[in-house]
Amino acid sequence: MNLIIDYGMGNLNSVQKGFERVGLDTVVSDSIQKIKDAKTLILPGVGAYRDAMDLLNKLELSDVIKEEVRNGKPIIGICLGMQLLYEKGYEYGEYDGLGLIKGDIRKMDISLKVPHMGWNSLRFKDQDNKILKYINEGEYVYYVHSYYANSDNSELVAYSDYEILIPGIVNKENIYGIQFHPEKSGMVGHNILKAYKEIIE
Amino acid sequence: MLARRIIPCLDVRDGRVVKGKQFKDIVDVDAPEVLGKFYSDNGADELVFYDITASSDERKTQHEFVKKVADEINIPFSVGGGVSTVDDFKDILRKGADKVSVNSSAVRNPQLIKDASERFGAQCVVLSIDAKKNDEGSWSVYVKGGREKTKLDAIEWAVRGVELGAGEIVVNSIDEDGMKKGYDVELLKQITDRVNVPVIASGGAGTMEHFKEAVVKADVDGILAASVFHFGEIHIKDLKKYLKEEGIEIRI
Repeated sequence: MNLIIDYGMGNLNSVQKGFERVGLDTVVSDSIQKIKDAKTLILPGVGAYRDAMDLLNKLELSDVIKEEVRNGKPIIGICLGMQLLYEKGYEYGEYDGLGLIKGDIRKMDISLKVPHMGWNSLRFKDQDNKILKYINEGEYVYYVHSYYANSDNSELVAYSDYEILIPGIVNKENIYGIQFHPEKSGMVGHNILKAYKEIIE
Repeated sequence: MLARRIIPCLDVRDGRVVKGKQFKDIVDVDAPEVLGKFYSDNGADELVFYDITASSDERKTQHEFVKKVADEINIPFSVGGGVSTVDDFKDILRKGADKVSVNSSAVRNPQLIKDASERFGAQCVVLSIDAKKNDEGSWSVYVKGGREKTKLDAIEWAVRGVELGAGEIVVNSIDEDGMKKGYDVELLKQITDRVNVPVIASGGAGTMEHFKEAVVKADVDGILAASVFHFGEIHIKDLKKYLKEEGIEIRI
C-alpha cells in the first residue's frame, strides 16, 4: 500500500490522480498505523511551513515518518512536502522540519517575481538517476513556490534556473523530493511519476 | 527562465462550455473537462474557466464541473465567475482548481482579496480587471461583465490589488475584446511596469503576431485568448512554434 499522508494541507485529489494515471494505487490517510503498514509514503502539501509542521506534530506523525524512513521505507515529498524533508524552514520564524535531508528552506531573495510561478525548464545534475529515465533535459515543469531548498546540493538530481539555482528534484537513498508539481506538469510530470513508480517497485 | 504561458479561456454556462458553431469541427462534445483535456493535450500551458452563469444571475454557482476538470487534466487551471466570498474560494480550490479569479466582487469588496490571500496564499488569488479607455486618456475599471463603469483607474486598481494580496493580474481590454486587432499593449505595459506579479493579457487576439507583440512590447507573462482557439483560427501548437522561432521562451 502506498500512502498519501493527509495532514490537512491542501487538496490531495490532484496528487492522487497523478499517481493513479501512472498506475500507482494510493490510499489517503492520517493514521499512524497506516504509515507503519505502508510500503511507501507520499508527503504532499501546499501552504506554510510552520502550519504544516504544527499539524504533523499535533497528529503525532513526524516521529513515525522519520522512523519508517530511517528504516528504509521510500518516501517522496512534493512541493511543501519536499521542503519538510529538510532540517529547518524560515517561513514566519524558524521551524524544525523532519530533518531527513541536510539543509534548510529559505525565502527566494531575488529581483525576479516571487512566487516562482509557471513553467520552467529542468537541468540535470545526476543524469543517471532513475527518476529521470523518461524525461529529457530542457523539458518544462510547473512550479509554484516562494521558498527553496538550500543545501550543499549533494542530493540534487535536477534543477531550474531562476536567478538562483532552484532544486527541482532531490534524492538521498530512499528519500525523494520534488519541488514542482508533477501532477500539474503535463506529460513530463506524468513521466517522472512513472519512473518513480518503477523505482519503488 | 520561465516560459510565457498560452492560456485558452473557456466560458461555462450551466456546467457546459459555450462554444461557437464551428467548434464542432474540433471536438464533438461540450463538457468543460473534455474541452479542457483537448487543449491540455494540444499544448495549452494553463486553462481559465469562466462561469458566466454566476455573474449574470448573481447567484452562487455549484462549480460542479471543477472537480471533473481536475480529474481529467494535468496542467494548472483557474476558475472565475460569481466568486464573492472566502468560502467560494475554499469550495473551488477543494474541488481541484489551482487558482480562483475575482472581478466585480473584488471591486465591491477589496477585503476579499486580502482575506483569500492570507488564507490560501497569493499564488491562487487572481484579480481580473475589465478596463476601457476613457475620455481623459486613462483606463476605467468596469464591472458586471463590462456593463457598468466604476470610478476606479485600471492601473491604480491593479497596483492596489497586488498590495492587497493578488498573486496575478488578468487585464481584459473591453475596447479590444472581439476586435481581433491585437492586445491593448499600451495599457498592459503600464501595468507590467507597476506590479511585481505575473500579468496576463486578455482581449484582442486575431493573429499570431498579436501574441508576440504582447510579450515583446508589454512584457506580459501570459496571453489569454478564446475565439481564435475555439474556432480553430490559430492552433496552439503552431502558435507556440512561431513564438519560439521568434525568440520567446515557450514550452513546446
